[in-house]
Amino acid sequence: MTTLKEPALTETPKLIAGPASYLDDRLGAGSFLKRNLRKVFPDHWSFLLGEIALYSFIILLLTGTFLTFWFKPGMGHVEYQGPYEQLRGVMMSEAYASTLKISFEVRGGLLMRQMHHWAALLFVAGMTVHMLRVFFTGAYRKPRELNWIIGVLLLTLALAEGLTGYSLPDDLLSGAGLRITEGVAISLPLVGTYLTFFLFGGEYPGEDVIARFYSLHILLIPGILLALISAHMILMWVQKHTQMPGTGRNNTNVVGAPFYPAFMAKAGAYFLFTFTAIAALGTFAQINPIWLFGPYTPADISAGSQPDFYMGFLEGALRLMPAWEINFLGYTLPLSVLIPALVPMGIIMTGLALYPFIEQWVTGDRREHHIADRPRNNPHRTSIGMAAVVFYGLLWLLGANDEISAFFHIDLYHTTIFGRFAVFLGPALAYVVTYRICMGLQRKDAEVMSHGVESGVIKRMPNGQYIEVHVPPAEDIADHLRGKARLPILPGEADIEGIPPKGARSILGKARAVLSKKYGTEHVPLEEEGGHGHAAIGSGEDKH
Amino acid sequence: MIGTGISVNSITARRRHPLARLAVVALALGLLGGGYALFAPSNSADAAIASGKADDVAEGKSLFVAHCSSCHGMNAEGTKMGPPLVGVGAAAVDFQVSSGRMPAGGPGPQMERKPLGEWVTPEAITQLSAYIQSLGGGPQRPTAEMVDPAKGDAAKGGELFRANCIQCHNFVGAGGALTYGKHAPNLNEATPEQIYEAMVTGPQAMPVFNDSIITPEDKRNMIAYIVQMRELQDPGGFGLGRIGPVTEGLVVWIAGLSFMSMTAIWITAKKRKK
Repeated sequence: MTTLKEPALTETPKLIAGPASYLDDRLGAGSFLKRNLRKVFPDHWSFLLGEIALYSFIILLLTGTFLTFWFKPGMGHVEYQGPYEQLRGVMMSEAYASTLKISFEVRGGLLMRQMHHWAALLFVAGMTVHMLRVFFTGAYRKPRELNWIIGVLLLTLALAEGLTGYSLPDDLLSGAGLRITEGVAISLPLVGTYLTFFLFGGEYPGEDVIARFYSLHILLIPGILLALISAHMILMWVQKHTQMPGTGRNNTNVVGAPFYPAFMAKAGAYFLFTFTAIAALGTFAQINPIWLFGPYTPADISAGSQPDFYMGFLEGALRLMPAWEINFLGYTLPLSVLIPALVPMGIIMTGLALYPFIEQWVTGDRREHHIADRPRNNPHRTSIGMAAVVFYGLLWLLGANDEISAFFHIDLYHTTIFGRFAVFLGPALAYVVTYRICMGLQRKDAEVMSHGVESGVIKRMPNGQYIEVHVPPAEDIADHLRGKARLPILPGEADIEGIPPKGARSILGKARAVLSKKYGTEHVPLEEEGGHGHAAIGSGEDKH
Repeated sequence: MIGTGISVNSITARRRHPLARLAVVALALGLLGGGYALFAPSNSADAAIASGKADDVAEGKSLFVAHCSSCHGMNAEGTKMGPPLVGVGAAAVDFQVSSGRMPAGGPGPQMERKPLGEWVTPEAITQLSAYIQSLGGGPQRPTAEMVDPAKGDAAKGGELFRANCIQCHNFVGAGGALTYGKHAPNLNEATPEQIYEAMVTGPQAMPVFNDSIITPEDKRNMIAYIVQMRELQDPGGFGLGRIGPVTEGLVVWIAGLSFMSMTAIWITAKKRKK
């Protein structure tokens, strides 16, 4: 019997080595890969949320390409003669008829349509939670401000992409959305009518808008999205990912698993999970059943006409707005449309884009930050974020006020009146409550560090007294808590002679100093048992 | 006029009598009125006989006195609590009573569909309808053929349904909100007769769609559409209540994002060092 010579594991098999060196000689990719495949990624579950959006986008591109093979972006009138009985003989646009064809005649068409729509919802939802994670951990701070702005642009473009896609099937529901789009465009002062005629190629709805939205939806906006997503990823790669505070982690290193193989396997698995979620939803949950809505006719409108969730906050603003308008010299300024269309969107998107710079201005902090904040450790930021979440959430909720009214048997007008107050009071309440929770959590952290954690062991003293034994927190938890950093405060106090520092003399400077003090002062310092430091915690017996 | 004992002259003389003109007008009116009463489409008491038996009216009256009169008055003349029922017709009675909306459960912005009381049998409804019909006429109950969904054209009915019904009842009749706590009910439980009767009588907040607005044939087409839509199995999976994007948004946030968060936690989980 002859034994085969087993190749050593360190040796590269010829079949791989040959083509690999051929490619490397011509592309020079070897050194690039060598450097980058070992790139370290920090591990935290919330760091994966952005990947939901990334993978949804890939699925959107694939399913969307499938749909373009059959979709006809035309508004020509045709009579439906397909297999769906309840519309046979009804006149409709080519766009609607071809969407019915995709749904009922193309093999796998309905599944692809539903996956495309669910992926779109998951795309925006994933972006939203990713954005919240970045905001609440302060991961937008220097040097990542520009990547944050790219993110805000991506979110805005995703809304536009969703709106154009929602309008394409030309069903009754999408027509209602298109009508509101027209209403907003035409209500803009001075340019409104021109803009509307430009967009629709004449009077609403015209015969052009579907084809135009189609170009925007499948070419222009996805192109920009793709470019911006690439830029987002490259910047993240180059600047490295932020990490949560913990053992051995500091502002100049990254602790985690290398891209290859550990992080790649995780990312691959997470893609498959995203695919699973979208495929399962597409299979089991019906979405946008356009055959139930019927073809679009400007004269018809259904109860419960709603946009997709990401437009819900605009819908809610429109529903809450009182019917105000200004008539001046024969011109009408319809505030009842302009304010809800522009103000909440403006507050949220502009607020998001400017927040890193406003925070930098208030704190005067120009340092680089690579360690993420725990939300409790920057209570004002967290409270502002929660106020914005409540503002957005209330508008979103009240966008569905008719369904709430019908389902829970609440008077429709009561929901409107509630909303008009809640949209102002809710954020204020959220701010106060969040602030108190953050401070409570900070105190809890300080207590854990100074007194340790309850061990569950009750000890009886010789004098009969019972005490619970406290033990020091586990090393990794303690290191996690120690990641807390003091927020910088700008000098604002006047000196002995009553002269304030240079920057705080103007009105703006004074305001800045006050804000800076407010933003940074509320801070519960961590004291490790009597200030003796970590080693002195010992048995951690608590003497209350 | 030979042999009648009345001379031509005397007739002529009576014709010229001052009261003759009055008598002729009275006779003509009498003939016209009597003839109309005999041949014209009947309402009131004759209608009651047409829609049931004559004693149905009497039975219906006693049912009415027992179950309805506290709000609608002893003679259906209406009170502060309930409107007069003279002229509402048998269709209105059948719609309200067979769907359980009447007798009312209690005051509120709108009467809800509810399980029928023990006394509410098809026979009792027929008797009550006959009584109300006998008071002042009104829309009659449709025949089985008039509301047979199998005889309607659903696609045509769908167009009329979208043009006339969905702004309150939603695109597949899932219902929707109205003002002041009222709502357009879900149509899934309504029988074809009830849908027809609702159209001709306009119960509660609903407008009347009489035969000159929507012909009986078109009504049948609409009934065909409504019935077919609720029997239609959702081809895309669970229908999510068929109320549009609101439930879709809930599903993606609650099911989709929870799943994604849990898997993220799972694949990044580490064994804690003890």
